[in-house]
Amino acid sequence: MSKEVKIIIDGKEIKAREGEKLLWVALDNGIYIPHLCAKRDAEKPDASCRLCFVEVEGMPNPVTSCTLPVKDGMVVRTRTPRVDRLVSTAFELLLSNHRLGCGKCPKNRSCELQTIAKERGLKLKLTRLRPLERDLPVDDSPQGFIYDPSRCVLCGQCVWVCHNKVGVGAIGFVRRGIERKMATFGEVPLAESRCTQCGECVEVCPVGALTKKEEDEKQAESA
Amino acid sequence: MELLEGEEELIHSEVDSIFQEFTPERENLIPVLQETQKRLKYLPKLAMQKIAEKIGIPEVDVYSVATFYNQFRLYPPGKNQIKVCMGTACHMMGGHIILESFERRLGIKEGETTPDREFSLERVACVGCCALAPVVVVNDKVEPKVSPIRVDGILLSYEIEKKLEEKEKDAEEEGKSQ
Repeated sequence: MSKEVKIIIDGKEIKAREGEKLLWVALDNGIYIPHLCAKRDAEKPDASCRLCFVEVEGMPNPVTSCTLPVKDGMVVRTRTPRVDRLVSTAFELLLSNHRLGCGKCPKNRSCELQTIAKERGLKLKLTRLRPLERDLPVDDSPQGFIYDPSRCVLCGQCVWVCHNKVGVGAIGFVRRGIERKMATFGEVPLAESRCTQCGECVEVCPVGALTKKEEDEKQAESA
Repeated sequence: MELLEGEEELIHSEVDSIFQEFTPERENLIPVLQETQKRLKYLPKLAMQKIAEKIGIPEVDVYSVATFYNQFRLYPPGKNQIKVCMGTACHMMGGHIILESFERRLGIKEGETTPDREFSLERVACVGCCALAPVVVVNDKVEPKVSPIRVDGILLSYEIEKKLEEKEKDAEEEGKSQ
């Protein structure tokens, strides 16, 4: 066992194990830090969502808390003007590539984007950026779930689960830049790929990109 | 893209021989893909599946790398390679309209090849003759000041060429059989 260390997050003294990533220490102690791409069991964090910034005393710039191992005596602040600015920009960038319309989304009220917006007082609409309209086809080929790429925020949770938890490796990221999306080999529908339709990816999707068919129908009825 | 006759065997033998040079490890993925493309001129799906199997990684991981880098092509080069310039000058002069015209006319997207492998369509950065914008390069021939109407003309000339070749071939064969 690694030794226990004491750190201070937002003035609160917290005990943690040395080397643990700051993001998880904070979350376990009831301090919210926005995050999308972080996986607790992943060996190496992606640090790609750029939402989990914090400021640490003694470090010149804000750092991503998912990559930062805790050290004894660390003094962390989760809300500073610099952090808020970085997070609000990263959040708006994500939104610009995410089809909005929460009312029609089966993930309404359980969406991670809504949680982040609520926690940080951010708006769920674009103010500075134009929406990136991609018009991607919805894949409803699997039995129990639907994949809507235009709601995907490229967090990589589904890809990670498919590779590391289920061990199937049916889905991955393809292409680059604004063309990037989660897809199967050859970009065929999920049902035609080696996907076993276990539904683990649906469980971890933080937004409404992968949703259960039944929830989708419920949403359609109520709307 | 459908494979040609004998292409499947070629893919198998080439990929097998490539893995005699490289150990099947994940860090060799890019060199292996580069060598595969060098030999086959593109990365067929079958080759990617075979490489994934050899290295022991999911095939989507190979596809992910192949679609990430611009140097990899997933479609074979056509007999006539059309390159539409998207440099600054050509862009300003409507290069994207020209590209769209080609896409519509050939029924393929940028980066793809027609099913008969006659034409492949690519976008390139500056070809170095901005005064002639918008420029299209077919094989090595520069087509200056292209307009959507000229797109039809350019393609027509290659189609006529192909028809003439076929006629000659037919005539030759007829001559042989007689």
